[in-house]
Amino acid sequence: MTSPIAPDLPATIRMPAKPRAGVWRRLVKRRLALLGLVIVAIVVAGAVLAPWLTGYDPNEQMFDGLTIEGSPLPPDAKFWLGTDLLGRDLLTRILYGARTSLIIGIVANGVALLIGTLVGVTAGYFRGWVGSALMRFTDLMMAFPALLLAICLAAVFEPSLWIVAMVIALVNWVQTARVIYTETSSLAEREFIDAERTIGAGAPRILFRHILPHLLPTIIVWGTLGISTTVLLEATLSFLGIGVQPPTASWGNIIFENQTYFQAAPWLVFFPGAAILALALAFNLIGDALRDILDPTQRGRE
Amino acid sequence: MTSTPETILDIANLCVSVRGEDGSREVVSSLSLTLKRGETLCIAGESGSGKSMTALAIMQLLPQPAGRISSGQIRLGDTELTTLDERQMRRIRGDRIAMIFQEPMTSLNPVLSIGRQLTESIEAHTSLSQAEARQRAIEALKAVRISEAESRLKQFPHELSGGMRQRVMIAMALALEPDVLIADEPTTALDVTVQGEVLELLRDLQRQHGTSVILITHDMGVVAEMADRVIIMRQGRMVEEGKTSDIFARPRADYTRELLAAVPRIGGGVGRQKSREPTEVSKPANVADVKDLHVRFDLRGGVLGRVNRRVHAVEGVSFSIAPNETLALVGESGCGKSTTAKALAGLVPYGGDIVVGGRNLSGLGRDERKAVRRDVQMIFQDPFASLDPRMRVGDLVAEPLVIHGIASREERLSRVATLFERVGLSADQMELYPHEFSGGQRQRVCIARALALRPKLIIADESVSALDVSVQARVLDLLKELQREFGVAYLFISHDMAVVENISDRVAVMYLGQIVEMGTRDQVFSNPRHPYTKRLIEAVPVPDPAQRRSRFARLDQEIPSATRRIGDAPLKLSLQDVGNGHLVAAEG
Repeated sequence: MTSPIAPDLPATIRMPAKPRAGVWRRLVKRRLALLGLVIVAIVVAGAVLAPWLTGYDPNEQMFDGLTIEGSPLPPDAKFWLGTDLLGRDLLTRILYGARTSLIIGIVANGVALLIGTLVGVTAGYFRGWVGSALMRFTDLMMAFPALLLAICLAAVFEPSLWIVAMVIALVNWVQTARVIYTETSSLAEREFIDAERTIGAGAPRILFRHILPHLLPTIIVWGTLGISTTVLLEATLSFLGIGVQPPTASWGNIIFENQTYFQAAPWLVFFPGAAILALALAFNLIGDALRDILDPTQRGRE
Repeated sequence: MTSTPETILDIANLCVSVRGEDGSREVVSSLSLTLKRGETLCIAGESGSGKSMTALAIMQLLPQPAGRISSGQIRLGDTELTTLDERQMRRIRGDRIAMIFQEPMTSLNPVLSIGRQLTESIEAHTSLSQAEARQRAIEALKAVRISEAESRLKQFPHELSGGMRQRVMIAMALALEPDVLIADEPTTALDVTVQGEVLELLRDLQRQHGTSVILITHDMGVVAEMADRVIIMRQGRMVEEGKTSDIFARPRADYTRELLAAVPRIGGGVGRQKSREPTEVSKPANVADVKDLHVRFDLRGGVLGRVNRRVHAVEGVSFSIAPNETLALVGESGCGKSTTAKALAGLVPYGGDIVVGGRNLSGLGRDERKAVRRDVQMIFQDPFASLDPRMRVGDLVAEPLVIHGIASREERLSRVATLFERVGLSADQMELYPHEFSGGQRQRVCIARALALRPKLIIADESVSALDVSVQARVLDLLKELQREFGVAYLFISHDMAVVENISDRVAVMYLGQIVEMGTRDQVFSNPRHPYTKRLIEAVPVPDPAQRRSRFARLDQEIPSATRRIGDAPLKLSLQDVGNGHLVAAEG
């Protein structure tokens, strides 16, 4: 099919560069984003290489890990981050705990984000009875105590790390859905969406190519905020006996087990707390940089 | 005028700079001007000329922290404004210099009543008691010819129309009898008929109070209508200054000449094309036929949330468009012209029949409708809002081809490149993002995008309204060229009678959702029969100070609303042929 608009073509037309070319390179160039990447890399390496990094077993209650009176040891040359109430090495527990916490913070949080985005986008774009039904359901979930729901869910399923992750995802998508819904419904009113419809674009195309990219900043912010929330929710669940089963370590349950002794042994809360904070901060830094890099109107302001 | 009146505002060598990402940029460069008592000075220029920045500099309201006055003096009477601190300046603002902004919708606080906002500013600047301030507010409203001023005080901004709101703004500005009134595009957001009223009101008030006015506008028609003296600005510099009659009769600077030439005029602008007679002999099939189109929106209310009112946005509109023809749909805001366009483009549900290329859209399945829709494309008003800011313009133009599965990737690329060149852009620019273009260039991207599917009909909804006049003229030329080349028909929707007169073959005038007059361009413009058409044509400011109107036919009642109770449907107008297909609604 030839058209009068496209006669023979001059051979000089340049092919457009690949759109996302160099995202990684630009990410690495930013100092703060690089810091975030390094922290994430350290945490992942720590989790994976834990058995080789430390000579202790995470669950071994060591005789020399406690004082004569039976209280935990502060950080010293032997136990770098001190020991906990049962005489276990804190550094070892934090390294092993990273495995649990990464799964919770990334998988559970990611699934929550996915559900929230799907529900929010669908309700915000299609409105009508589908939208109303989805949002009323979201409101219902919001009003229902998350902890109670998690307890119910956890009671139904056999507790395991993956089930805990799914339970956390199922209670944590609500806020994301609300925010995404509001933003989608205002985006759907924008003129360029109407323009897309007039050229014949269908709903999937509009949603994935034109609305989703605009939601990215919000998704990133909620994603990073969700890391600390989910990690701590997991700790709450473990504390109630329905999360990761002790003695398996997770950052959340290290804090929970020890928080009553905060004044006597502050390091027991400080170090795992710092680990959660660092992980959340790292994702935040990466997310922030990604948001700027992926937004073409921000280009040149790096 | 016997003696030279005293100078009230004296600006010397004003430079304003704005700090941006790439360092400081001068937006106003060594501007000097004087304003005498009782004089109207127009500052005219296109976007980016620094005219608004000048106004903000005088008010000391430059965007903080980026904008600042880098040098120069602004003297108001004996006071040097540039050295005043914020507290002293606050006393001057409102009291001695007042300002009216472009957008009356956003410059009033939506949660405070009109009365509260008026009395607040009066009380802040005078020692009047609450009751006295209220009295003063009522007088101010009466002065701007707002009926039932006392009960209006209790109303909120959303209860008033745009024209009314702008009058309230003027009342507020003039309540304290300032020496200088700065009006920044005061009528740009208003309909032409309302614009005429507001301008006349400003002129009357100025005569009564002897206020000096700085009127900032891009519209040379408004300049001709209002100004004693004119300053033409471009890129932060004054290009020309002079008496209004001199500027229009003997422009000295090239830029002024270009600017004046680009202004569309009724009855013979530069770009006006000869009226084409509808070729009755070999009449080709119409591109689109619209029969008895209805668009209504239900409003719910009451305790039970039942439909109790209905917006009759479009009420029984019928027209047809032949290939290679431009039909203009004109009318003021709320008349249903954009809704008609949206119905045609498939963006709103409608009643009645829309037949495109011989096929009635309402009887088709989804895929067939998609295929027929290829023939109808749309160019929107705001080129800044109608392109996805996160996509490259090349991809945006290629998108219609992708959606309809036309051509391979390489072919698409070459087609897009050709389209870019055809609309006056270069193929290199395909990789850029929309924000990297100016308004006119973006509108060209939109045109390329609309052309990509080779439609038979392009709907242009106010597509040049947001552009500067010189850019507007070039885009209109491009549209005409493309029509000659591809034989595409246009449905051209506009509120601007002068633009319509330049581009259209036939014109349909809409009022409250119905067509009140329709005919060839010459029939409608040379021999308008319906009173509303006459009003519309009369209201357009003529860019010629010699033709300044002494009085504008005033319509102090509000335009009736298209929102009606259920069961109270508007009367359907019947159109009568008054000769050669010139249809006019019977008066009823």
